[in-house]
Amino acid sequence: MAVRKRAATMLAAMLSLSNAGFANVGFAGVAVAEPLGLPPVPIPPDNPQSSDKIALGNRLFHDLRFSSDGAVACATCHKDDHAFTDSPLRTSEGIRASDGIGKKTGTRNAPTIINSAYFTTLFWDGRSASLEDQSQHPFLNPVEMGLATHEPILAIARTDPFYVELFKKAFGKTGDGVTMEEVKKAIAAYERTIVSADSPFDHWRFGHQENAISEAAKRGFEVFVGQGRCVSCHVIEQDQALFTDNRFHNIGVGINRAQFDVPRLSAEFLTAKAKGADVDKAVLTDPKTSELGRFAVTDQFDVIGAFKTPTLRNVAVTAPYMHDGSLRTLKDVVKHYNNGGRSEGDPAQVNDYLSGGIRPLNLTEQQMDDLVAFMETLTTPAYFGAKTR
Amino acid sequence: MSEFVTRRSVLAGAGAGAALTTLPISMVTLAFGGEREDFTFTYISDAHIQQIKGASFVRNWDQGLKRAVAEANLVRPESDFVIFGGDLAQLGKREELDHGAEMLSKLKGRLHAVMGEHDYYLDLGDYWSKLYGPHYYSFDHKGVHFVVLNSILTSEQWTFHRWPTAEQRMLEMAGLDNPNGSPFMVGDKQRKWLANDLAKLDKKTPLVVFSHSPLQKIYKGWNFWTDDAEEVQALLAPFDSVNVIYGHVHQIQYNQIGNISFNSVMATAWPWPYPQSYAQAESHLPVLTIPMNRADPFFERDATGWQLIDMGSGRVTARYQLWDNDQRTVAFDHKAGHPVDVAYQEPTQRRLPQNQY
Repeated sequence: MAVRKRAATMLAAMLSLSNAGFANVGFAGVAVAEPLGLPPVPIPPDNPQSSDKIALGNRLFHDLRFSSDGAVACATCHKDDHAFTDSPLRTSEGIRASDGIGKKTGTRNAPTIINSAYFTTLFWDGRSASLEDQSQHPFLNPVEMGLATHEPILAIARTDPFYVELFKKAFGKTGDGVTMEEVKKAIAAYERTIVSADSPFDHWRFGHQENAISEAAKRGFEVFVGQGRCVSCHVIEQDQALFTDNRFHNIGVGINRAQFDVPRLSAEFLTAKAKGADVDKAVLTDPKTSELGRFAVTDQFDVIGAFKTPTLRNVAVTAPYMHDGSLRTLKDVVKHYNNGGRSEGDPAQVNDYLSGGIRPLNLTEQQMDDLVAFMETLTTPAYFGAKTR
Repeated sequence: MSEFVTRRSVLAGAGAGAALTTLPISMVTLAFGGEREDFTFTYISDAHIQQIKGASFVRNWDQGLKRAVAEANLVRPESDFVIFGGDLAQLGKREELDHGAEMLSKLKGRLHAVMGEHDYYLDLGDYWSKLYGPHYYSFDHKGVHFVVLNSILTSEQWTFHRWPTAEQRMLEMAGLDNPNGSPFMVGDKQRKWLANDLAKLDKKTPLVVFSHSPLQKIYKGWNFWTDDAEEVQALLAPFDSVNVIYGHVHQIQYNQIGNISFNSVMATAWPWPYPQSYAQAESHLPVLTIPMNRADPFFERDATGWQLIDMGSGRVTARYQLWDNDQRTVAFDHKAGHPVDVAYQEPTQRRLPQNQY
């Protein structure tokens, strides 16, 4: 497993180096195309990639010391060998109960880091605008890494010989010159190397290899772009596919069950926010407030209960599903959509704030199974063995 | 599109609250004239609740009205009352009016209803009256005089003598570009009532008139039209500040004729015009004659929505809550003397309101 893990990471790192505008040393001479099925990775002008920065970010990402109990790293919930998401069941942008920090759990399902380089907003509710900005928040969230301030991170970053050396090489900075700016940039640079495509679907769709996927998967693709209405949000382009529209939709997950509390919750939340409450903490520590979704960020009723469209790449190995991890299998997910945004155990009525894109689909059992077969072709070979459950 | 998020919009959203629906408390201040208070009211319109058969109704239209009601109930501070702008039903049926009324009954605020042609032409508003009272009336609120007109009447001959059945009459009036249709009007009787109702008022009193059809002439083929509009406007002309708000058109319109500002409101059901491009499921849309190119047909709610009307200046500021789309605000510009869309003020983008019709 360790070997495969490293191979996957290295592959991803090398692939990302071929970006236009990426002008660094370290992997000089390596000219590898983007993985089949992905567009060039967008690199912000103020944070160009470099091999030193990526190596630094890699170490920071896996460092357990940046947590209140010294037991939780970014990689705890975004495990390399679990397709950069977390282990079984309801966890979070937080951690499993068994993993510590006062045995707290967050409210949301840890999203994968894979291809997060392409997202235009981060977190399930898009409350962060860049990987750089996003990376600073989990350190301080009480149900994630639980630090009171970023100071302990900087203390280590400025003194640990490995970090001292790499911050100097990557940013030309030492001592107090090393700030969270550099930490954030290094982590983001590393995350931009975690890209993956080159799946059987990509070989079929973009590589034109007829036999790359099964007949069932091909039928499933027709459902995906047709009667299933999936492609309207999980976007496939002519020559690449990110499987997301980077938008926010109320699809009836979580919010169906919280719908009767929305008047009270929204009023309480807005009052608290007006008084300066921390949105990051509020949405991750209170399960019901969490279900307000994108509303917590924009205050717009239009996005009550709305969450970001996740990519579908590697979805077969990243169960459980949805922002709250409430659905166990891909078939459960398909059924939820087929019911017009309702799952077993939800109230009889879908919530009033449901997206206008969600409606009953009238798919047959066969069509639903074909859809699942299609989604199973989206796994990158490096993660074939990865399973979060 | 508010959902096509850019870095800038994320930051703006994360800032001091971009919401139009959650008014800062400071907006409730003393207003026009000193003795009156600012206030807001909610405007929901054109739900077109449509029975398929028995207890089965068109899901899409149900969802629009339910969503508007649910969101309107979240407004803080609460708005003072709610207007429903007409066309609660699609074909005037008791079942449709009842089903719609049940959804509207969840509104927290006091409801005032306006008659639409889809509510009227089956039984001439009989059952609607049992639910919502008189077809035209007026009331006063915090120094503003509100008038509700039934503007969708037409000639006696067409109404009483032309059609063999009430059902056919309803269907004929529901069609667009229908040579068998007939133009809307307020009519003599109601105009006399209006003249009387206004006679007792100081001309400085801000007036707000609610009608279903526009009290101006826009497009006759779709009855975006009231045949005696000029005569009604003449009755309103002596007042300093007059605001007409109408439904029916399922799109944002604004205009100024003399002292009268006109604002339309959106439907919760569908926008006019509407594309026919997405036909995987039966759409239940009326047959169309003009294609529409601005709504995303995947999102059934795109280009529909509801309004929060702010009376802060004694004039109407209409805050459009548009699902899966940008929020828009049309406010009276006191310097220019007419309503403007606050988001489209670049000289190159500006569209002046029409001065004639």
